[in-house]
Amino acid sequence: MIQLSWASIRASKSYLIPGIILLLGLIVLAGLPSFGPKYSVIFLSTIFMYIVLTTGWVMFSGPTRQISLATAVFFGIGIYIAAILGKHMPLLVMVLIGGLASSVMALLVGSLTLRLKGVYFTIFTFGLLELIKNAINWYEVTFTGTRGRFVVVVDNNTIYLYMLAITVLTVLTAFLIRRSKYGLALQSIGEQEEAAAHIGINVTLMKVSIFAISAFFMGAAGAVMATRWTYIDPFMAFNMNYSFTPVLMAIFGGVGQLGGVVSGAIIFAYLEQILITKYPFYYMLVFGIVMVVSVLFLPNGLAGVVKNWRARTTGGRYVRT
Amino acid sequence: MFVLEGQGVTKYFGGLAAVSDVDFHVDQGEIVGLIGPNGAGKTTLFGLISAALVPNSGTIRFKGENITGLRPHQICKKGLARTFQSVKVFSDMPVINNVVLGVHFGTSERVKAAQAANEADRLLEFVGLSGRAMVPAKDLTLVNQKLLEVARALATKPEVLLLDEIMAGLNSTEITQAMELVSKIRAQGITIFMIEHVMKAIMSVCDRIMVLDHGKKIAEGTPQEIATSKMVVEVYLGE
Amino acid sequence: MLEVCDLNTHYGKVQALWDISLEVNEGEIVALVGSNGAGKTTLVNTISGLVKPSSGSVSFLDKRINGLPAHVIVELGISYVPQGGKVFPEMTVRENMEMGAYPIRAWKQKDATFEQVYRIFPRLKEREKQLARTLSGGEHQMLAIGRALMSKPMLCIFDEPSYGLAPLLVKEMFQTIQNLKEQGITIFLIEQNVRRSLEIADRAYVLENGRVCLQGDCVELLQSDHVRKAYMGL
Repeated sequence: MIQLSWASIRASKSYLIPGIILLLGLIVLAGLPSFGPKYSVIFLSTIFMYIVLTTGWVMFSGPTRQISLATAVFFGIGIYIAAILGKHMPLLVMVLIGGLASSVMALLVGSLTLRLKGVYFTIFTFGLLELIKNAINWYEVTFTGTRGRFVVVVDNNTIYLYMLAITVLTVLTAFLIRRSKYGLALQSIGEQEEAAAHIGINVTLMKVSIFAISAFFMGAAGAVMATRWTYIDPFMAFNMNYSFTPVLMAIFGGVGQLGGVVSGAIIFAYLEQILITKYPFYYMLVFGIVMVVSVLFLPNGLAGVVKNWRARTTGGRYVRT
Repeated sequence: MFVLEGQGVTKYFGGLAAVSDVDFHVDQGEIVGLIGPNGAGKTTLFGLISAALVPNSGTIRFKGENITGLRPHQICKKGLARTFQSVKVFSDMPVINNVVLGVHFGTSERVKAAQAANEADRLLEFVGLSGRAMVPAKDLTLVNQKLLEVARALATKPEVLLLDEIMAGLNSTEITQAMELVSKIRAQGITIFMIEHVMKAIMSVCDRIMVLDHGKKIAEGTPQEIATSKMVVEVYLGE
Repeated sequence: MLEVCDLNTHYGKVQALWDISLEVNEGEIVALVGSNGAGKTTLVNTISGLVKPSSGSVSFLDKRINGLPAHVIVELGISYVPQGGKVFPEMTVRENMEMGAYPIRAWKQKDATFEQVYRIFPRLKEREKQLARTLSGGEHQMLAIGRALMSKPMLCIFDEPSYGLAPLLVKEMFQTIQNLKEQGITIFLIEQNVRRSLEIADRAYVLENGRVCLQGDCVELLQSDHVRKAYMGL
């Protein structure tokens, strides 16, 4: 927990084996377009998208304990950047601008509203979604004369590789931040904001910056995914589903552990994709039931189950000392 | 020049003056006590000094510089630290990380991870918590949580330390140990301003005592003077 | 009135209380003394129903109460003043106290009780209409005690009532406890201020590491070497 440098991470034995496994896994994933089934590339891109959104959400809302429903806003901005700029510049540049635009929005919104406590902040972020959606709609109808836009077309393999890259970067960033003093400070802000401020932590700066960092990845993902849909309008781009689903995935997987969050996203996204195809009319119901069951019986998500199992095999907790 | 001073400090909550036109000063190296009935405004005054609250009027100077209007983290970096009446440790983290945070963020220096851990260990030993470094802070007893807050505050390398009722809830033996700790801290050159209700401690450890009642300063002097002041006895001590 | 028999309590896997047996008889003030972490608050939480014991029993007026939910225990006549005086922050002082008079028996007498409590703690009357969260730490303590008194208990459990109180108020508070005894309320007092509590109590138990290590008449305990050295710093 207090290891802060590359050297110490590399030196630590416990990261060596999982690290090698991950690396091998990444190599396999990277090679998938070449030898894998066609559908898997499309399927996995969607799962990567959910991993990015969920991990991005946890990056901010996890330590600070302020629940943001603005994920869809940042995702949507990325989508719109793709729609507006996609035809005029290389894909990489467009994706980067998509991420940056979302970051800027997060900086603005954050500096204005991060002082709001608890529920008020959450409601504001939800309201922001509606505001942006309707503002852009109004603008498009009034000035551009059209509501929807066509997005530049990009082949599925490229989409897949971009999403893979963004996912790796997002998870890696989340991992490194958690283990840094920055991550520790964020956690302290969530626990005792006043005390954190009194030991020299610039609370506002920290909150706004992590908000902006998480928004970057969401925006980049949005810019890439937009090219798959080829046609978008404000109501498609700013869809509250993308605000709520990451929260559900994170809770299901277990907010405390990064592994839990990522697993939660993977399992949930997989479940959703399977259910949509098999039970197009009932999948939401099944989804809902899974959610209720996991909230009732898995308070710390899947990660909590793993932790409990581990604890039971190694002994009790601390006594008051 | 006093290391910490305030003139005409006033703070209203709604129509109520929690702190009313208070002048105070603390000299470098002193231990000054702040006493008064419950609700007198003592913790509010600390909040105004540490910038958790903004005064309605008056100025507060730290090392000669006007600090009214600055934010808590800035004041901390300038060398003023405090503990809290209702203990605010970071409960879900190990004890040592609480202190490590203070080391990293409490000053403008950049500290390496290993160095920070060493410094934290040293501070935990200083307050008497060594051996508990990896315990989650929420599993500590109240006394130890208070000691942890002190260690965390000391990690920010303060020149002035505000202690808010650290002896509440301690038994006699623990109070004696806490008094020794306070003296040790002063011996390091740190100036101390402390709120306390435990008379035994205040009287023996403080150089000077200030008394607040209903937001106003009603007395100031040596422990001897305060203990014999009729007004203080009537309003606060009751003996 | 209150009888605890061979009580054992665990927090998860960790045992906090071992074979605790004690009793509080009607009209007494019984003190419970011990260091932080000895298990005093755990014991009190078990008695007031917030925590379930793993074995043993707690009986009130010859009726077993361990395992009963806390609100039922309050209806039976036990009132609990928690350490640190937990008040309802968004309610006014008066509303907090009204909440204390929740049991039907107490509700009918609440106006008279208000008068009594305000006489003991005039500052609560001063701050009657203020939101509880605007009160200072010590005032929270006063309010919590006042609220407990509003339920017109037969047995009142005080968990560190002098915590954070100014010396004058500490004196008044111990005086209040003695007055309560005179009014017929039985009192179970947990305190760090060992000298004062042993001075006003009839009997006391000393808790160390989750076990009762000493018990008896307060006069004797005040003379005990162990008590004097460990808790009074003498």
